[in-house]
Amino acid sequence: MTDPAIQIDGLRFAWKGAEPVLDVPVFTLARGERLFLRGPSGSGKSTLLGVIAGVLVADSGRVNVLGQELGSLSSAGRDRMRADHLGVIFQMFNLVPYLSVVGNVTLPLKFSGRRRKAVGADADAEARRLLGRLGLTDEALLARRVSDLSVGQQQRVAAARALIGGPEVVIADEPTSALDSDARDRFIELLSEEAARTGAALLFVSHDASLARLFDRAVDLAEINRARVSA
Amino acid sequence: MRAILSLAWKSLMNRKGSVILTLVAVALSVALFLGVEKARTGAREGFGNTISGTDLIVGAPTGTVNLLLYSVFRMGNATAEVSWPTYQKIAARPDIAWTVPISLGDSHRGFRVLGTTDAYFDHYKYGRGQSLALAKGERFGDVFDAVIGADVARELGYEIGSPLVLSHGLGTANLDGGHENRPFRVVGILAPTGTPVDRTVHVSLEAITAIHVGWETGAKNPLSDTIDETMIRSFDLTPKSVTAILVGLTQKGTILTTRRAINTNTGEPLMAIIPGAALAELWSVTAFAERALMAVSVFVIAVGLVSILTSILTSLNERRREMSILRAVGARPGHIFSLLVLEAGLVGFLGALVGIALIHAILLVAGPMVEARYGVSLAGTGPGLTDLYTLLAVTLAALVIGMLPAWAAFRRSLADGLSVKL
Ligand SMILES: Nc1ncnc2c1ncn2[C@@H]1O[C@H](COP(=O)(O)OP(=O)(O)O)[C@@H](O)[C@H]1O
Ligand SMILES: [Mg+2]
Repeated sequence: MTDPAIQIDGLRFAWKGAEPVLDVPVFTLARGERLFLRGPSGSGKSTLLGVIAGVLVADSGRVNVLGQELGSLSSAGRDRMRADHLGVIFQMFNLVPYLSVVGNVTLPLKFSGRRRKAVGADADAEARRLLGRLGLTDEALLARRVSDLSVGQQQRVAAARALIGGPEVVIADEPTSALDSDARDRFIELLSEEAARTGAALLFVSHDASLARLFDRAVDLAEINRARVSA
Repeated sequence: MRAILSLAWKSLMNRKGSVILTLVAVALSVALFLGVEKARTGAREGFGNTISGTDLIVGAPTGTVNLLLYSVFRMGNATAEVSWPTYQKIAARPDIAWTVPISLGDSHRGFRVLGTTDAYFDHYKYGRGQSLALAKGERFGDVFDAVIGADVARELGYEIGSPLVLSHGLGTANLDGGHENRPFRVVGILAPTGTPVDRTVHVSLEAITAIHVGWETGAKNPLSDTIDETMIRSFDLTPKSVTAILVGLTQKGTILTTRRAINTNTGEPLMAIIPGAALAELWSVTAFAERALMAVSVFVIAVGLVSILTSILTSLNERRREMSILRAVGARPGHIFSLLVLEAGLVGFLGALVGIALIHAILLVAGPMVEARYGVSLAGTGPGLTDLYTLLAVTLAALVIGMLPAWAAFRRSLADGLSVKL
């Protein structure tokens, strides 16, 4: 339990045939910590999250998630790691169009026995509970096609999906950039509350520095990343 | 895998419109393929069933296929005949149980006339040994009696008692060269058999002799019109020759010896063929057309399968986002791969299933009509192994074809990482 949620040492990453995007000597996210990571567009935030999620592989250095060194895992191992321990929220279009609202929330359970077990027998009830905590209680709303939901509602469904089954880390890649400022603050509050309740560490990424006040700690990507991408 | 199968199903249901179009394309191609296949096997079976129970067919020397064509299929002409004494000699052989002499060369409004004896009704068999049956009336007893096949009755609207005039040779409207002074009368109508018997007018051998009185030179003797029915009855109507002889043996085991005996030492040049072997030889003539037909229907299925491929490939771009969501929640590339392969397989499976149901529905409705009309049994009695194999093959092919878009999506899901640039 003493391992941090995320520990990065000497990470380097370059997209194929391009200049290095990431050169991160050290970066730590403590368990349960809610961290805001700021950086301009094109600075490598999404790339960093991809490396942490184990979808991208670092060229060198160590990326440690919950005490597990990602570089030592096979790609299937990294996929399992992500399925079991990580919740992901994207900027937009978070939902699978052919699944119901509840079906979208319970989707990670199909790929993780661990989270399935954590949720118990009635996954749908847990999904509804999470949706309720995020302010989506209206049954009529839950019955809609996900593409008919507002962006704000879609993002909350995505948040519920990231939180279901209690993953230790939730990474959010500019999830509020399509929301107006009221909805944005409300979304972040709800997400933080729920993360705090489940004890998940939250790594929240955005180019909007004004959001920093809503988090335990704020970091500028430029502070930890020595690579400079000319965007 | 169950989770992925349910995802594949939901994804297909979400794109119902285009999925149904693809499904219809596959279903139609499978239905066409099976329709062709069933017509083909039906035709082949019907063909093989044209004659059965006859061990040898004897005629003047000609090609095997030619003898079969004119003696059984009433097509083409005999170049020479078998003399009556020779026929009698053959019929008397101890290794021969029965003979059916047949005499061809005349026609009635496009239908061939066949002169024969009572033995024809006793020994001519078709299908799996079925005998000819009279639907109405009786066998010919008098010289001017005719027993007609089912098609003749239906197409010409003949009933028992209908008069008919035979024409010399095989033309349809042989007006001035006819046998109009020797009118016949329908005394029997045969039940449908699905064989050339249905399109034949049967008369006695004596009748053939009778209508040719005055034609001995091969052309009509002007005096022949003065010979009337009663005069003809007084003539000796024993035939001079027959066109071919259907032979049944006392013991099946002697077939080759008997055949050789007939072929070599009867005094008159003769040829005996084994119907089964001759049928196979004739069928092999059509093998090329048959194979071409098969190839075409297989290509039609290929087109159906390609439509699965196109529909999935074109949907891939708009589904890129979906794939990265699936990756983000923990789906492995293998999951993405199986999702798309399963979608293709499902469409192939369902399309083939609908196609099979469709062709059987069609056969159920149209099968009896086709069988009654053309004598081709479409074997449409129910779903069989062919349908099962087709279902399996189409599903398998769809799964294999699905690997192409699946591979593309798999590669892209690796290259995209978590974020898709839209
Ligand atoms: N899938 C990709 N393939 C190649 N280059 C990429 C890809 N995604 C991002 N990049 C490049 O990496 C750099 C950082 O992008 P990104 O991590 O998306 O930045 P941010 O999320 O901070 O806007 C950019 O220069 C971008 O062009
Ligand atoms: Mg980004």
